[in-house]
Amino acid sequence: RRGRRKTTKTQDNKGRGKKSGRAVSKKEKEERHLCTFFSSGSSSSSSADSDEESLSEGEIAALKEQVEEKKKLIATLRNKPWRMKKRLLLLKEAQDFVEKFEGALGKGKGRRLYAFKVMMTKKLIKFNRDFENFKTACIPWERKIKEVESHFGSSVASYFLFLRWMYGLNLVLFGFMFGLVVIPEVLMGLPYGSIPRKTVPRDEEDSAMDFSVLLDFGGYCKYSVLFYGFYNNDRSIGVLQFKLPLSYLLTSVGIFGYSLLVVIRTMARNANEGGDGGDEGEFIFSWKMFTSWDYLIGNPETADNKYASITTSFKESIVDEQENQKDENIHLRRFLRVFANFLILCSLGGSGYLIYFVVKRSQDFAKMDPKTLTWFENNEVEFVMSLLGLVCPPLFETIAELEDYHPRIALKWQLGRIFALFLGNLYTFLFALFDEVNGKLETEKSIKNATEWALHEYYANYSSFYNTTNVPPPNVAPADVIRGPCWETAVGREFVKLTVSDVQVTFLTILVGDFLRAFIVRFLNYCWCWDLEAGFPSYGEFDISGNVLGLVFNQGMIWMGAFYAPGLVGINVLRLLTSMYYQSWAVMACNVPHERVFKASRSNNFYMGMLLLVLFLSLLPVVYSMMTLSPSFDCGPFSGQEKMYDVVIDTIQAMPAFIGNIFTYVSNPGLIMPAILLMILAIYYLNTVSKAYQQANTDLKKKMQMARDDEKNRRNNQDSTNQVMKDLEDLLPNKSLAPPPVAEEKPLGTTKPGTAGKGVEVQKEESLSAPNPRRPVTRAPGPRGGPPGNMRSPQPEAGRGRGQGR
Amino acid sequence: MGTTASQLPKDSLSEYQELTFLTKQEILLAHRRFTELLGRDERNHPNPRVPMQVILTLPELKSNPFKTRICQVFSTSEDKDGSLTFEDFLDLLSAFSDSATLEIKSHYAFRIFDFDDDGTLDHSDLEKLVNCLTGETEDTRLTSEEMRQLINNILDESDIDKDGTVNLSEFQHVISRSPDFVSSFKIVL
Repeated sequence: RRGRRKTTKTQDNKGRGKKSGRAVSKKEKEERHLCTFFSSGSSSSSSADSDEESLSEGEIAALKEQVEEKKKLIATLRNKPWRMKKRLLLLKEAQDFVEKFEGALGKGKGRRLYAFKVMMTKKLIKFNRDFENFKTACIPWERKIKEVESHFGSSVASYFLFLRWMYGLNLVLFGFMFGLVVIPEVLMGLPYGSIPRKTVPRDEEDSAMDFSVLLDFGGYCKYSVLFYGFYNNDRSIGVLQFKLPLSYLLTSVGIFGYSLLVVIRTMARNANEGGDGGDEGEFIFSWKMFTSWDYLIGNPETADNKYASITTSFKESIVDEQENQKDENIHLRRFLRVFANFLILCSLGGSGYLIYFVVKRSQDFAKMDPKTLTWFENNEVEFVMSLLGLVCPPLFETIAELEDYHPRIALKWQLGRIFALFLGNLYTFLFALFDEVNGKLETEKSIKNATEWALHEYYANYSSFYNTTNVPPPNVAPADVIRGPCWETAVGREFVKLTVSDVQVTFLTILVGDFLRAFIVRFLNYCWCWDLEAGFPSYGEFDISGNVLGLVFNQGMIWMGAFYAPGLVGINVLRLLTSMYYQSWAVMACNVPHERVFKASRSNNFYMGMLLLVLFLSLLPVVYSMMTLSPSFDCGPFSGQEKMYDVVIDTIQAMPAFIGNIFTYVSNPGLIMPAILLMILAIYYLNTVSKAYQQANTDLKKKMQMARDDEKNRRNNQDSTNQVMKDLEDLLPNKSLAPPPVAEEKPLGTTKPGTAGKGVEVQKEESLSAPNPRRPVTRAPGPRGGPPGNMRSPQPEAGRGRGQGR
Repeated sequence: MGTTASQLPKDSLSEYQELTFLTKQEILLAHRRFTELLGRDERNHPNPRVPMQVILTLPELKSNPFKTRICQVFSTSEDKDGSLTFEDFLDLLSAFSDSATLEIKSHYAFRIFDFDDDGTLDHSDLEKLVNCLTGETEDTRLTSEEMRQLINNILDESDIDKDGTVNLSEFQHVISRSPDFVSSFKIVL
């Protein structure tokens, strides 16, 4: 027990060393603080215990409240628009207070626990902060993206941010697939060559190591962990009895679930930041004015471009306002638009048919001997699809010139059309593929019958020859066993080939379209008749929407293919990684900043919305094949079952009875229908509530306006003897007349004439460095006489005169 | 280069982390960049102050049309010359950082746009703002007719109480609806 010392606040808080006070033992500090408190507060008494009793309940509660308040203040200090000096002072004050009285709050038996809790909270806060720092340090490519941002502005950088986000998502999916499916099979499953499904068939053996075959994902690639067919259908494998087929199914479904979760969470976060999507047209000019500059721009050339585009956009909007009376030939315009849409529908249909045709042809090629086919015929499908993806968007753009829309609307149409193109292509490809699958299933039936017949024959011969019933299994090398066509691996291979060719095409396009073009423009410019850099072809601009759409659809293909080819996610991770480095190099080296910058506002959520749509659309084929198609009889983790999800049903049945009962009850339609109904009702309710909030918003706004009008009327109704003043005020609505400043230092008082009762008065003098937090608006300015160079642009009128009314 | 005087003491570091939206790495980076801006002799000064002209050589600020206003708003010097101490610099970076809230950003944006520092955005402020945004050269400027129309449109949209100026709450109301503001009002070292 320490003696009573008049300890002051600054005792262990000299300078800035507040945190070092923690080293002192908690109990010691507590006692010291208790003594401080009581010596400075309540009446003297000799023992600490009796002092504690003299603290009434109410005082303790009040003290606690104060401590909480101070803690809250500390937490929100960074959000206050005060100067650092002031905040430091407040922080120290608040921390001292908390430190001092926290000890006093825990009394009696609970004191130690309370002190412990306090200490743990502090440690937790510190840990959280360190963890946040660590997390931020772990985010890759910050420098790179920042460089791109400062050169090209935030719209181009948003593509790279999206790419990085996708990379993170794919990394997690890869972790799932790899850790839960591939690794167990590799470590605990049977090795290559032990069973038929894991071995290259005899007739393919001599070509299995050929580079061209491997590139085509045949040969050894086909019979590896990359594809579905490699996995064995043992219910549990290895020492740990790992249930591989169940894990395979659940992981594939889990990939979709996790992606859905992440996409929706990101959309919600973006929606929060962006405010409600409601009034797009409400603040056009104000937003252009206040939010159009991109503060990340650090490059003078980009800045110049930005100035130009801002000016253009201002002029355009001003003109737009007056453009409604434009007397144009509406009929011609409508006709042209319908015609353009018709053309585009034709080209979409044409591309869909082309893909179908090509896939059908590839099925015929597959029946022929692979050695007789050229590379082109082998990869026709992917080639055609990539070609369509390259050629059609510019085609759409040219056709869209017929339509004569406002550029932002035209951009939306363009994006929609490219989306439809990709979607149509992908689905046509899928339909053709599933046609093939059905064909394969037919073949499979006949092979299955053939194998069973052969086995039957073998047993019959054996038993009749050796006259025993105990027949050993046929001694056939795994490579010689008759194989079924294994349609899942075929589908997986198609997806992998498609992804790889997509990657190749993208990289090639960048190389030729951007790099070569920039190269030619730069070096041929010296000996060419016209200025290549300014005129045609000049340097390319980075095509944000095309690239983002490509990324979205690539991800769709990954989602579709991951079930049939577990290795596909790994391939995609590699692809995104190289894409990041390659594209950031290409954009810095070969592209110029956009001349016209269109912020498709909320474009972040637009792309996320598309990703969500693609996620659902890629879920459909996988679920369909899981539910309706039967698995191959001799390859993959579900071989031998009727349907793929049988493994789940078997697992449930193997569990204790009551779990099975629960599942039966839950899957009862009588339960599911009401649940769906409930969800629909919840959506309806939330929709109504949000509409009510919007209505309340508009009402409040109207009220505000009415209140101001009322006050203005009231003021005008007051008998103003100073008619001259009133007249002048009416002429100058935004500045009240204040007496001109006597000296440089005296600030001007400015109030709005509408402010109730304030009239004309000089505001309290405050300097810029320590504004009064309670009245951020009415800060008076400092002395006026700044050097004219402070103003960014010279003003036609005298700078000083402006502030005093016009 | 790194003498002990020019390194950031550990407890200041944790306090700055508490008081700003910056992470530890960002504060250290800011300190490094700030000391690079100082002259040799100023490094050992207890609270060095960098003049505005030197701050404006930072590449992040160089191309910004509001660079002088930014310096003036964040400066705590009595001479109002726009010079910044390290703490002012941190304030600046914190307000422009990625994790800063909308309120802080809109507050500072308002102060930056308020060219005459009178607490409201009146016609002259808006005009200066437009001129800043449209660049220096003559062919990118708006004509006075266009300017007048533009400012009228803006006041129509944002001036709720119809007094001819935009005050802080009206400004924040407009800004809070904008989806681009938070992402464009960012400066990262």
